[in-house]
Amino acid sequence: MTVAVVNLERGNLQSVAWALERLNVAVAVTRDPQEVARARGVVLPGVGHYAAAADELARTGMDEAIWSRVGVVPVLGICLGLQLLFESSEEGGRGLGVLPGTVERLDVGSAPLPHMGWNQVQPTAAAGLLAEVGAGEAYFCHAFAVRPRDGLLASAVTEYQRPFVSAVQKGLVAGVQFHPERSGAYGRRVLEAFSRQVARCSR
Amino acid sequence: MLRPRIIACLDVAGNEVVKGIQFGSLRALGRPEELAARYEDEGADEIVLLDITAGAERRGPDLAVVERTARRLGIPLTVGGGIQAAETARVVLAAGADKVSVNSAALRTPALVGQIAEQAGSQAVVVAVDVRQEPGGHRVYASGGRTATSWWLGPWVAEVAARGAGEVLLTSIDRDGTGQGYDVGALGQAAAAARLPLIASGGGATAHHVAQALAVPGVTGALLAGVLHRGDVTLAALKDALRSQGVWVRVGR
Repeated sequence: MTVAVVNLERGNLQSVAWALERLNVAVAVTRDPQEVARARGVVLPGVGHYAAAADELARTGMDEAIWSRVGVVPVLGICLGLQLLFESSEEGGRGLGVLPGTVERLDVGSAPLPHMGWNQVQPTAAAGLLAEVGAGEAYFCHAFAVRPRDGLLASAVTEYQRPFVSAVQKGLVAGVQFHPERSGAYGRRVLEAFSRQVARCSR
Repeated sequence: MLRPRIIACLDVAGNEVVKGIQFGSLRALGRPEELAARYEDEGADEIVLLDITAGAERRGPDLAVVERTARRLGIPLTVGGGIQAAETARVVLAAGADKVSVNSAALRTPALVGQIAEQAGSQAVVVAVDVRQEPGGHRVYASGGRTATSWWLGPWVAEVAARGAGEVLLTSIDRDGTGQGYDVGALGQAAAAARLPLIASGGGATAHHVAQALAVPGVTGALLAGVLHRGDVTLAALKDALRSQGVWVRVGR
């Protein structure tokens, strides 16, 4: 049971892989779409610019590989990876469109942006990863957030000046705006829930 | 609510964490990956690792130290020291850092801030700003506090914000290692210059100092180094004291 961590050749991917390895999950950090298409779970991490990452997904054929696993095995988007699951971003660029909705800059008035630091994650859905893990504090580092067209996709909210969607879930597809790999014990529980989902799905 | 961050800083020379006073004499305190893991256990919200000899030796941060530290951590890691090019920033991030910190190189080549932001995103770019109080205001210094620049604090912070910095780490050279508290005046000036997350550094030794810094609007974190390394205060005790003063820092580890 291997979880593929999609390598977009930017930023820190290792920490996601290391965090999963600490949970004894077999991980492959990969640029190979075929490896993603075979994986028992897919993690789409990512930092940086939406358009550049979206272009990279399309250019490498990774977009189709991820789509081929949607609804088949657990898929987890993290931070920019969550945003890439949606259709498009105000930052520019077209995403995978796995989930209906857009990505918009956080509206925070005069508060500092990016939203950077630890903040409360409040689950709002009865099922899914976040329902399993419950509320807790997680590390955020972003200036944009998702706006699902269907409000029921939201599985958690977080407040920074005003509430924004900090996690989503639709069947086997989940996404978190925070960084579970850098969110201490709470983040570890989120990744444990994901790995349990992968294990259930692999049976 | 967004929790104020308590950040443990490791100044690294070779394989050792060291601590100087007002950017001067150094002594060895332990291995960076071990101290980082211990501070995470004690409740640190973030770790900053600065390779303090990299700049003078004209190299980037020691990647082996970055990787060993990053591999063990479950909290964010910022790495700085000698990062002079976007390519160096890329390899440091690839080695497991979540953010890179640039200082002297950004003063020499301000475009570097934008180049790293373009490649890795603004959230990955911390600009470290070292200032000394002078009759005309707070002057920005380069090269570990050794070289005066023509920049004053406010304009420099506004400049790096415009170029895509994601965070400013402001160190008072005058206060560094003195345990006399953060330079609240400098923090206020920096906060007024840009809407970026601002980290206080230099002089913090007690919960009261941290609370004073965090009371400045725009200051979202406080960095501690020597007082932690020497064991003058533990992070757990510091956070308890902060909570008892009404500063709601993160509970748990």
